[in-house]
Amino acid sequence: MTKLSLFLGCIVPNRYPGIEKATKLCLQKLEVDACDLPGASCCPAPGVFKSFDKATWLAVASRNIILSERMGRDILTVCNGCYGSLADANMELKKDPEIRACTNNCLKEIGMEFKGTIEVRHIIEFLYKEFGSEKLKDQITRPLDLKVALHYGCHLIKPSKDRNLGETECPTFFDELVEATGAKSLDYTDKMMCCGAGGGVRSGHVAASLEMLEHKLACIRRAGVDCIVNACPFCHLQFDRGQLAVNEKFGTDYSIPVLHYSQLLGLALGFSPDELGIEQNAIQNIEFLAKIYEISAGLR
Amino acid sequence: MLSCMHCGTCTGSCPSGRHTGFNTRRILRDARKNRTEVLSDDNLWLCTTCYTCQERCPRGIPITDALLELRRLAVREGFILPEHRKVSEMVLECGHAVPLDEETKKKREELGLEPIPETVQKYPEALKELKTLLKTCKFDKLTAGK
Repeated sequence: MTKLSLFLGCIVPNRYPGIEKATKLCLQKLEVDACDLPGASCCPAPGVFKSFDKATWLAVASRNIILSERMGRDILTVCNGCYGSLADANMELKKDPEIRACTNNCLKEIGMEFKGTIEVRHIIEFLYKEFGSEKLKDQITRPLDLKVALHYGCHLIKPSKDRNLGETECPTFFDELVEATGAKSLDYTDKMMCCGAGGGVRSGHVAASLEMLEHKLACIRRAGVDCIVNACPFCHLQFDRGQLAVNEKFGTDYSIPVLHYSQLLGLALGFSPDELGIEQNAIQNIEFLAKIYEISAGLR
Repeated sequence: MLSCMHCGTCTGSCPSGRHTGFNTRRILRDARKNRTEVLSDDNLWLCTTCYTCQERCPRGIPITDALLELRRLAVREGFILPEHRKVSEMVLECGHAVPLDEETKKKREELGLEPIPETVQKYPEALKELKTLLKTCKFDKLTAGK
């Protein structure tokens, strides 16, 4: 199987280390050859850097890619934003010799050269293509009796011309991976809608960002789920910490638990909630924690 | 862009436009005649880059990509939101848009992870390299403001 380096980005190691731990535990259990990527930086954040200056965006992204090229490993991301930045940059640099020459000219200053020898993978796309839901199901030791609102996030599947993961109005591949854990992925209104964080909106226009989030949360609550599952730490942060901000702004009382897919899979592979950092979330839903501890102890 | 028939699918699909005055179709139309006005408008930064408009455009216009291009022009003219300037400064200073804090260090240790992750934050040489690269791209000058 493909050899990988784990690209952490910013939010995973610096805000939600539970996702880092859960990802490492899952990859180990699934016997995926993945190592750290020492010295990697911000991907760089697509919302700001890609919106600011293309040359800088390509230069910083390519530096991260080259670190993995030197190890002869494909990059694995657990974030839609990092995936968007790194995969898009990798693609542009591979196909356009002019852009590549320009970027390599900047990279010369630090003794680096983009060679275009590796691929950029996202954990969901990787698990779906390399394992598939059936093979993953065979690994599950604790089937999860949970109802889930799945949030794909935007940059995992869009722009579809560059992603090759099928159509974007109602994709199913991620739902299949969720259901492989035993959980049920419930449909809800505006499931494919953005969480409201991307493109620099969460930092630049907080009020608008929270209004979009509140709409998503209202739709999710109506579906009656145990938790939200995502594949992007920025969506994760928006849903988790953003929920508290929404409650403050709109006088609501949302308390919907939020899990990254690595954490959901980790539970189904037999790891306990505290090993996966689930309790480190801003949203503390005691009922949900009790439920997943029971599942983890084999009591449900 | 000239093939746009102003059907409004982009605006109607926009999650941001649903809650704000953000009007994708109008921005792209106005960018052809009143460019300075469009570039200086803070609303240009209400797009979450979700790509729904681009996916749904019946004429196949790369709308989100065009909007990103407008933003890059805006930045070159010095139009940057103060919050975005701060994010850029963070990357220039420590290599991350969201830097490590004491609370997360503790959380990392609780999980049995090293308190400082395997990124530029742990390797001063790597951070120096990144800073040189950003300087070569003149990113510091671009975001310094006028």
